[in-house]
Amino acid sequence: MSATELPLIGDYSTPVTALSGARIGVVTFPGTLDDRDAARAVGLAGAEAVSLWHADSDLADVDAVVIPGGFSYGDYLRAGAISRFAPMMDKIIDAANSDAKLPVLGICNGFQILTESHLLPGSMIKNDHLKFLCRDQVLRVDNNSTAWTNQYAQGEEITVVLKNQDGQYVADEKTLDALEAEGRVAFSYVGWNPNGSRRNIAGITNAAGNVVGLMPHPEHAVEAGFGPDHTGTDGLGVFASVLTHLVGGQK
Amino acid sequence: MSAAEQTAEQKKFNMDTVANAAATPQTELPWAELGLKHNEFEEVVKVLGRRPTAAELAMYSVMWSEHCSYKSSKNHLRQFGDKVTEEMKKDMLVGIGENAGVTNLGDGWAVTFKIESHNSPTMIEPYQGAATGIGGIVRDIISMGARPVAVMDPLRFGAIDHPDTARVIHGAVAGIGGYGNSLGLPNIGGEVVFDSVYQGNPLVNALAVGIMRHEDIRLANASGLGNKVVLFGARTGGDGIGGASILSSESFDDTKPSKRPAVQVGDPFAEKVLIECCLELFKGSLVEGIQDLGAAGISCATSELASNGDGGMDIELTSVLLRDPSLTPGEILMSESQERMMAVVSPQNVAAFEAVMDKWAVEYSWLGEVTDTNRLVIKWDGEVIVDVDPRTVAHDGPVYDRPYARPQWQDALQADTFKASAAGQNLPATGAELRAALVELMASPNMCSKDWVTNQYDRYVGGNTALATPDDAGVIRVDEETGMGVALATDANGRYTYLDPYHGAQLALSESYRNVATSGAIPLAVSDCLNFGSPEDPDVMWQLAEAIRGLSDACMELGVPVTGGNVSLYNQTGTTAIHPTPVVAMLGKFDDIARRTPSGWRADADGQAIYLLGTTFDELDGSEFANIRGHLGGMPPKVDLAAEKTLGAILINASRDGMIDSAHDLSEGGLGAALGEMALRYGVGARVALDDLCERDGVDAFTALFSESQARAVVAVPRSEEVRFNDMATARQFPVVRLGVVDAASTSLEVQGQFDLDLAELREAHEATLPKYFG
Repeated sequence: MSATELPLIGDYSTPVTALSGARIGVVTFPGTLDDRDAARAVGLAGAEAVSLWHADSDLADVDAVVIPGGFSYGDYLRAGAISRFAPMMDKIIDAANSDAKLPVLGICNGFQILTESHLLPGSMIKNDHLKFLCRDQVLRVDNNSTAWTNQYAQGEEITVVLKNQDGQYVADEKTLDALEAEGRVAFSYVGWNPNGSRRNIAGITNAAGNVVGLMPHPEHAVEAGFGPDHTGTDGLGVFASVLTHLVGGQK
Repeated sequence: MSAAEQTAEQKKFNMDTVANAAATPQTELPWAELGLKHNEFEEVVKVLGRRPTAAELAMYSVMWSEHCSYKSSKNHLRQFGDKVTEEMKKDMLVGIGENAGVTNLGDGWAVTFKIESHNSPTMIEPYQGAATGIGGIVRDIISMGARPVAVMDPLRFGAIDHPDTARVIHGAVAGIGGYGNSLGLPNIGGEVVFDSVYQGNPLVNALAVGIMRHEDIRLANASGLGNKVVLFGARTGGDGIGGASILSSESFDDTKPSKRPAVQVGDPFAEKVLIECCLELFKGSLVEGIQDLGAAGISCATSELASNGDGGMDIELTSVLLRDPSLTPGEILMSESQERMMAVVSPQNVAAFEAVMDKWAVEYSWLGEVTDTNRLVIKWDGEVIVDVDPRTVAHDGPVYDRPYARPQWQDALQADTFKASAAGQNLPATGAELRAALVELMASPNMCSKDWVTNQYDRYVGGNTALATPDDAGVIRVDEETGMGVALATDANGRYTYLDPYHGAQLALSESYRNVATSGAIPLAVSDCLNFGSPEDPDVMWQLAEAIRGLSDACMELGVPVTGGNVSLYNQTGTTAIHPTPVVAMLGKFDDIARRTPSGWRADADGQAIYLLGTTFDELDGSEFANIRGHLGGMPPKVDLAAEKTLGAILINASRDGMIDSAHDLSEGGLGAALGEMALRYGVGARVALDDLCERDGVDAFTALFSESQARAVVAVPRSEEVRFNDMATARQFPVVRLGVVDAASTSLEVQGQFDLDLAELREAHEATLPKYFG
């Protein structure tokens, strides 16, 4: 398509030639909102964004997958509860658990889908203040060894956009203890816990480090002028990390 | 229930066919209960040459309602179309009359935007009322062939401490957020105003903006003999029946439909899917004409599509997919169930159309086809229940020349000036008093931080938001390659308009023009939402007539055409009307939004010079300061459209040429509020002095800080640009005065010789107000 055409959801192309040769899938469900933003972030990081439709079951040979934010199926029943059964999710779950350990990032609604899929433990409930909240949020990178965080310094504080209605991360005490003990808390809220999440958890990873779920939105902090306070680009590191991971680079 | 059973169930109704109507002319019809006046009912009989059927009566009653027909305002609204120069028409691709106006942006891009009211439904059921306001305006934008890219919502509530205000604001804000956030549309601005005049009549206006390529513009017409008519989206239910009539203050009695809620219930997920589905239809050029279903539902969609086309339309109403099989034909025709669209599809595109529906899992049903009869014929299981000339339903409704006259109390109101009143005595004069007054102002309901509201909206989704609340205008990138974008601002001041409707409406326009220019964009077009009381009250009708006359005169002078909008009347409780509130939405254009101007200075602006553009007069009547002291009287600030134009040109050029790094328009709260807001924007202090300003304009420090004189803005200018900036203002003979400098080392706003105001203290006061009342 020409660059001046309005892209349809799930029908975008990366305008620049992918620098890395990496192909990163972005999944669109009915009600997904941030897929074009995620695709833009992938492109800015230097990879090619590949649209994946929820009802398809072909992973299109992608090297990694982003499950973006939004209100898939309107969050009806429970956020992520319906999307989790999409044919595309079956493929993603298998690939994430396979020996190849496909890198998977779930953002916001994507994180909710990952917990519903049991790729990550715990669940998300309504914010403790019961309101949708949109703000610029400071996070701490608690684990910089995952496929999606290796470009950050351990303990680095970054500012990205937070916007959610059901962002309160909950799990039983045993799971929370294990997450902390195993270093599987990838991001935590700094300064103020915006939704009542247990132990200030903003994002977690699986044991292998290839699957990460994150409530705030790094894809909204990748372009100067359009990120937090209209200047921040701290989120780009998430997408740069997966490219580094894929090309086998070291920090 | 199977389709056959459903049809059988429906057949139990006693069908009032056209044949039956012709045979039984004496049958009593509930025209009064449906909101028609006697003369209007007689007009329907005259148009048809017989009594209407029950279904026809339902259609005429909603389509001839105030909300749908503009019968009280039409004669005045003509001025928006008449007072237009050729120059103003240049960029107008689609004008008033379609679902929304379309303006050319260049490079093959076009923008469409519109503002509408959802006032009464929000009073009755705040969450759904406000939510469906967003849904409706977004569908208007889709109907034009555009991708919606942002929304805004000007809101007006009753007194902040009235118990019912909490009910309305919690519901309305959550509804706007719940619906708009789910659509993936950034909410980039609006207004929040509290005033007891809106206690029983909150104003919830919603604006949506969309972008498209020129070739994608779609119009609502049904043309092409044999083309198919399809209804798609959500199913039709019993919600919102008579919604349009309620908006016209013509509610139902205790008949069957009145038992159902007249407020529609929104399903944002269905709308989101509908948006994507429609965009895919447009991309494939699969529809010939398209119309959203809003007020008056299928009545409106069929009659407007048919009357705008070149033929007629035949519809089988039992084909409509229902949520509630007990609905009568009249109810189906009037239902305002949300998330529905009607399209005209050529036979060769039917299969492709169905494939798109299936992909997005959207339900649809083929209702009929375009004919060459010039009649709109609606059948119920084959029997004709509607046979009308669609123009008579959609366009030839009654038009009233309502009597109007300048209210007897207007002179006394205008004579009651603030400074002569008891409230205007003991004005702050010392530094300590001025400081306290500024803190009180910045914490007052109308001037306080609106974060409690706007943080419930997603302003980032889409990744194209370059500016949003609390900046003067919301700015959205349109073209990622060139950086071309649009700016939008909405403004109104009910107090000014109450004092002087003609000039009050012009002040709303002036402020929106100024806001857009302050952000650096060139003002292009206007959409307006005229919120007034009952047109049957000559006082209110005069306010409406004056406001429209004032607005249309000023649009002509500023060279910005009105491309669409909405009139909301009957906003009153008993005989007490709201303040006349014409909300003006201004659209502006950026060639490159990299040049946009934020409304505050950052730490890296340390040392930049702070200038005030414009002249400060002694204008406190109708001001926020007077409002805090409970006074409303006198004359609003003077309108100076020539000065607004020059100021706009300075702000736009200075932004484009890199002469200013931040700018903020002066409006409610005056210079004091503007300086406070600019310092709080990024928490960076400043040192200013008022002496030169006071001496030049002959005003005292109090007036300098709180007067609401128009055509003014504060800007921060890098040292290297000061000469150029001054030269530009001088060349245009526009007054400019240097107030002071940005001081990144300071954490206060220092007004030299008067006071030093700690920003932390100011922020605390500014941000605490809404959480204090609403949690």
